[in-house]
Amino acid sequence: MDLQAKAKHIRELILTALAEAGSGHTGGSLDLVDIFTVLYFNHLRHDPKHPDWEGRDRVVLSIGHTAPVLYATLAAAGYFPEDEMLTLRKLGSRLQGHPSYEFRLPGLETSSGSLGQGLGVALGMALAAKMDGTSVGSGTVNRVFCIMGDGEQQEGSVWESAMAAAHHKLDNLCAIIDRNRLQIDGGTEKVMAIDPLRDKWAAFGWHTIEIDGHDFSQIKMALEMADNEKGKPTVIIADTIMGKGVKSIENNNQWHGKVPTKEQLKDFLHELHQ
Amino acid sequence: MNYINKGNKPTKTGFGEGVLAAAQQDSRVVGLGADITNSVGMNFFAEAFPDRFFSMGIAEQDCVATAAGLALSGKIPVFSTYGVFAAHRANDQIRISVCYNNVHVVIGGAHAGVSVGPDGATHQALEDMATMRVLPNMTVISPCDATQAKIATEKAILECKGPVYVRFGRETVPDFTAKNQEFEIGKAQLMREGNDITIVATGHEVWEALEAAKILEQKNISARVINMHTIKPLDGDILMKAASETRMIFTVEEHQIIGGLGSAVAEYLSENHPIKVVRIGMKDRFGESGQASELMHKFGLDAEGIVNQVLREWA
Repeated sequence: MDLQAKAKHIRELILTALAEAGSGHTGGSLDLVDIFTVLYFNHLRHDPKHPDWEGRDRVVLSIGHTAPVLYATLAAAGYFPEDEMLTLRKLGSRLQGHPSYEFRLPGLETSSGSLGQGLGVALGMALAAKMDGTSVGSGTVNRVFCIMGDGEQQEGSVWESAMAAAHHKLDNLCAIIDRNRLQIDGGTEKVMAIDPLRDKWAAFGWHTIEIDGHDFSQIKMALEMADNEKGKPTVIIADTIMGKGVKSIENNNQWHGKVPTKEQLKDFLHELHQ
Repeated sequence: MNYINKGNKPTKTGFGEGVLAAAQQDSRVVGLGADITNSVGMNFFAEAFPDRFFSMGIAEQDCVATAAGLALSGKIPVFSTYGVFAAHRANDQIRISVCYNNVHVVIGGAHAGVSVGPDGATHQALEDMATMRVLPNMTVISPCDATQAKIATEKAILECKGPVYVRFGRETVPDFTAKNQEFEIGKAQLMREGNDITIVATGHEVWEALEAAKILEQKNISARVINMHTIKPLDGDILMKAASETRMIFTVEEHQIIGGLGSAVAEYLSENHPIKVVRIGMKDRFGESGQASELMHKFGLDAEGIVNQVLREWA
């Protein structure tokens, strides 16, 4: 599969949907595209035609505000029609501003949007998968992936879950941190320093990996290393560039919660294809 | 109707027996512990099913999020801790991960009310019904004695579909309802007939209300007593009947008069059958240390206190 082409297409879907919606979170959605592309098109055991398949791996998007990257990836993978992306944030849409389990979007595993809860939810799923063992689905223990933000690391509840996952030796749990170093008020290290982040996770008993979150081969390798780690959960700290893919908005925290105008959309899509 | 005290027993024990009974019938039931396993009634389950009980440490926010994840994966998680921590510390997790997902997680809220006693205000749950009741999809149950706590908990686990909060106390209190009682979540029980006033009580206050009704009878006031064991969904039918057949409604709860049973009853009746509703409970203040009986007396929550407040209004 041409992962580059997939990633480009997912970025198009995100930008188009956000411009149509008129509100939403562009920066973080774009910078997670490469990770989501590898996860859904090269790694997860899942079946878009049977979203409730018992043997599936699960993805928990703890940073609910980056919902567009999840929706666009699910649509590109065939969970629902891509046209539905244009209903993002509109009345009656299954594509709520933040992920809503209530609306039963195929492929969506949980509601999220209040930071610091996703890792605990993922940990519960991983515990359940361990209890079920190989009795369901694919013949191996189901895996759970939790996508967190770097600003989210400031939530105390993240560390409650970090402690518990290591205590219960959940090697079928993999957390991925979108380390774009930006949050709404500015740089993470200025707002509330989270470094040395890798040391913190290691001290909590996790297997830690640090990668370039835009390098497909590094993403693939990290996910495989996580699969093979025994007795410990894995955290992948992925260095990313907020807004990745559109040069004019990269690394600019103004684009955390801003969307392109219809005019800007044309330029951005043009830029994507260069 | 005469209710006989079969012997004092904490409602906490009833909750624990209910969890055990449900777990014996359904292998999907799992338990989460936040360090205080014995004092929140989870010890019976933890001892009988060690492989299905997870110690999560003193981390209530994680416990609730983890419970939601377990439920999303087909388990029936039961998480019990003191009501103050469940309903307040982990409130956001209950709101988003449990209620918004509308998953079947059963939360036990122990140490309800001032009858917790010497531990004092920090550990006396007096606002939990308010913060649980207001959440969409949530069912709130407050059984009146140990026997009922067992039945209610078993049903909450095996029959309910969404989130449930079951509230219970620490102190040994009269155990007076029948093992074979008819109990349906959302359907209140008429405990005593009466035609002057109605006392709607919940939790430990049901026994106190029955005792108060006996004293009032000697003063020629006929008091109906209702056990509102489910705060949400509220049984409107029994309230409509009481409002049309008696002349004043009193609500009694070991909880703030703001936001709990009294509020729920007043909200319902003001819309459907306006009548004077007098709320007996904690009057916008914290509890304090003391023996359970001393505190119940100080705050006017024992039978004598209920009688005095009825007489003041009825005169």
